[in-house]
Amino acid sequence: MEKPFRRRDLLGIRDLTADQIVGILDTAENFSEISTREVKKVPALRGKTVINLFFEASTRTRTSFELAAKRLSADAVNISVSSSSVSKGETLIDTAMNLDAMAPDCIVVRHASAGVPHQLAKVSRAAIVNAGDGANEHPTQALLDAMTIREHKKQIDGLEVAIIGDILHSRVARSNIHLLTKLGAKIRVAGPGTLVPNDFQYLIESGVTSENTQSAISNPQLEVCPSVEDAIAGADVVMILRIQRERQDSAYFPTLREYSVHYGLTNDRLDMAKKDAIVLHPGPMNRGIEIASEVADSSRSLILDQVKYGVAVRMAVLYLATGGSPTNG
Amino acid sequence: MKLLIANGHLIDPAAQENTGMSVLIEDGKVTGWIRPGEGVPEGCEVFDASGMLVAPGFIDMHVHLREPGQEHKETIASGCAAAVAGGWTSVCPMPNTNPVNDNAAITRYMIEQAERAGLANVFPIGAITKSSDGSELAEMGEMKAAGAVAVSDDGRPVPNAGMMRRAMQYARDFDLPVIDHCEDKSLSSGGVMHEGRVSLLLGLKGMPALAEDIDAIRDIILARDTGAHIHIAHVSTRGAVEAVRRAKSEGISVTCEVAPHHFTLTDRAVEGYDTNTKMAPPLRSAEHLEAILEGIKDGTIDAIATDHAPHHADEKALEYDRAPFGITGLETGLGLAFNELVHKGLIGLVRLVELCSTNPARIFKLIGRGTLVPGSHADITIIDPDLKWRYTNAGSLSKSRNSPFDGWDFTGAAVATIVGGRIVYRK
Repeated sequence: MEKPFRRRDLLGIRDLTADQIVGILDTAENFSEISTREVKKVPALRGKTVINLFFEASTRTRTSFELAAKRLSADAVNISVSSSSVSKGETLIDTAMNLDAMAPDCIVVRHASAGVPHQLAKVSRAAIVNAGDGANEHPTQALLDAMTIREHKKQIDGLEVAIIGDILHSRVARSNIHLLTKLGAKIRVAGPGTLVPNDFQYLIESGVTSENTQSAISNPQLEVCPSVEDAIAGADVVMILRIQRERQDSAYFPTLREYSVHYGLTNDRLDMAKKDAIVLHPGPMNRGIEIASEVADSSRSLILDQVKYGVAVRMAVLYLATGGSPTNG
Repeated sequence: MKLLIANGHLIDPAAQENTGMSVLIEDGKVTGWIRPGEGVPEGCEVFDASGMLVAPGFIDMHVHLREPGQEHKETIASGCAAAVAGGWTSVCPMPNTNPVNDNAAITRYMIEQAERAGLANVFPIGAITKSSDGSELAEMGEMKAAGAVAVSDDGRPVPNAGMMRRAMQYARDFDLPVIDHCEDKSLSSGGVMHEGRVSLLLGLKGMPALAEDIDAIRDIILARDTGAHIHIAHVSTRGAVEAVRRAKSEGISVTCEVAPHHFTLTDRAVEGYDTNTKMAPPLRSAEHLEAILEGIKDGTIDAIATDHAPHHADEKALEYDRAPFGITGLETGLGLAFNELVHKGLIGLVRLVELCSTNPARIFKLIGRGTLVPGSHADITIIDPDLKWRYTNAGSLSKSRNSPFDGWDFTGAAVATIVGGRIVYRK
């Protein structure tokens, strides 16, 4: 099926160039002013239809996409499929084709399985925007994180960023690693050995490719650290990942209490970072587990800024996905 | 009725023959070899095999024919049609049917269905344990009497080493090879692709190579202990290939097979989340593929087996981590062997015939097959090594379409397949 002219999917940060990322961020910066107006609406997407297709529970991300669509005057429809499509006897592809037949301009999809947006993009005429797919990517989260960092640090190039927690299962970590390294930051990851596989150091291409062996060379921009302290020391940005409680049942670590003691972000640990370091968390937070309340509520924590910029980033993404041109920064 | 396969180039490694030779067939058996220049007997139908390779019929040691129980995916008739189109004169279906082939009645039923279809020979593989649930031995002796050629619990490998030891001790009484799909599920469960850089990149749960290594090494130790013949199914890891190589040098009774996709693709093929790249064992990384190629070249790997695993399109049109494991392979196996092994100079045609016919017949002790010496069954694969062709899922004879090789171009194909003296397929 032919995709209409100018339709652009956003499946992941991995596929984007640094210029494309900056284009989205600049567009988002332009849109962010709209949310401060008395009348928070512009006609940019009037007549366009956006379907938010959420196969996985979400409050923040779904609301953020819905508000973004509405502030651009698009018609937004939310579909929450609590159980998988299979339980109704319908395949994933059927579900997508049915929605696509109603001629939406954009389908925003979240799913617990990695790759679902990619599978839908192959069959849909609508632009597909990935709102989080399994442990693969969460591109708009990384974009809003980058926007938050850019607002506070002016530039991303040269920054040292620590990402702490369940790296293995985190789509937020993956998208951020791709985005921040493309824009010139250095990343250090740390967490329990069960959740931070050593192979992660090979995640991004080193630029040096050898033909026959995949025994890749790690990229110096991404480092797997032996301890949380090593990762945080000297960092400009500390990004804390949410611990999903069900991981505990899978025996990745013994107790939440032990996790908080050894891997949680406390003021003491944060003091090892640069004096002006900022703290990010994709939410929702488990206070007292991966992040101590005194850190979460401190001035160094930009968690609510992240949420605020999320709307602007999603406005930019919807606008670009449905045919708009990026702002030149 | 006499049939003469005339003027072809015969390769029969079991008879150490590699020469221009015509093969005479009468009543389903090979009755004579006729050298170029010798007189042709009267009253023969003649198949002109000039420029062709004439080989003992290819035997696929590892397929899934889905009958009984899952006939919407494949039937014995449709699977056999795909088999002969791919050059295979015999196929050995795994017992994961529904019900499981864990008794003589089902073994017999499968053979009878194959006889009704009248295409390829079917030599069933019986279950090791009842219902393949790993708890009680299946009736191996009865299944062998009904025609089973080996035992395996394939995709549900016996997890308990004590049970596996007993199975080997018992199988040895009946001279049945024990085939194991080596996967320690305590290490791989929930995984959907090879664990490594690509699985981390794609956010898909990995199945580590060591899950295969550990089980293969366990089985080899048990084979040494019991004296049974262990055949490692679809080896895919460096560790498993090395373990088999070492075991062979120590004289342990071990053989192994490789699936064509494992010598062709790496885990990078999963990057588009096409569920037709999902199978068990999974597509491995390049370092494992290199080890597989070394094993094919140096003789560690005995056989090429397709692990043909048809699934209905609806079942594959799911999320990557929910889609079933397995791809079809009967029609692409030979093309892949030519593209990836023969035409790249890794192996010659003699070795190809050993991998696809001589060795499978030897491992499963198929008397009168895997060779074309007079007196043998007239199962013959006639191959044009230079024929250019394209495989499409739409043109497949299988009931299923789950191949990642849709649209691939190949050089080298079976142009005729003869089973029991009858030409059952012509390209």
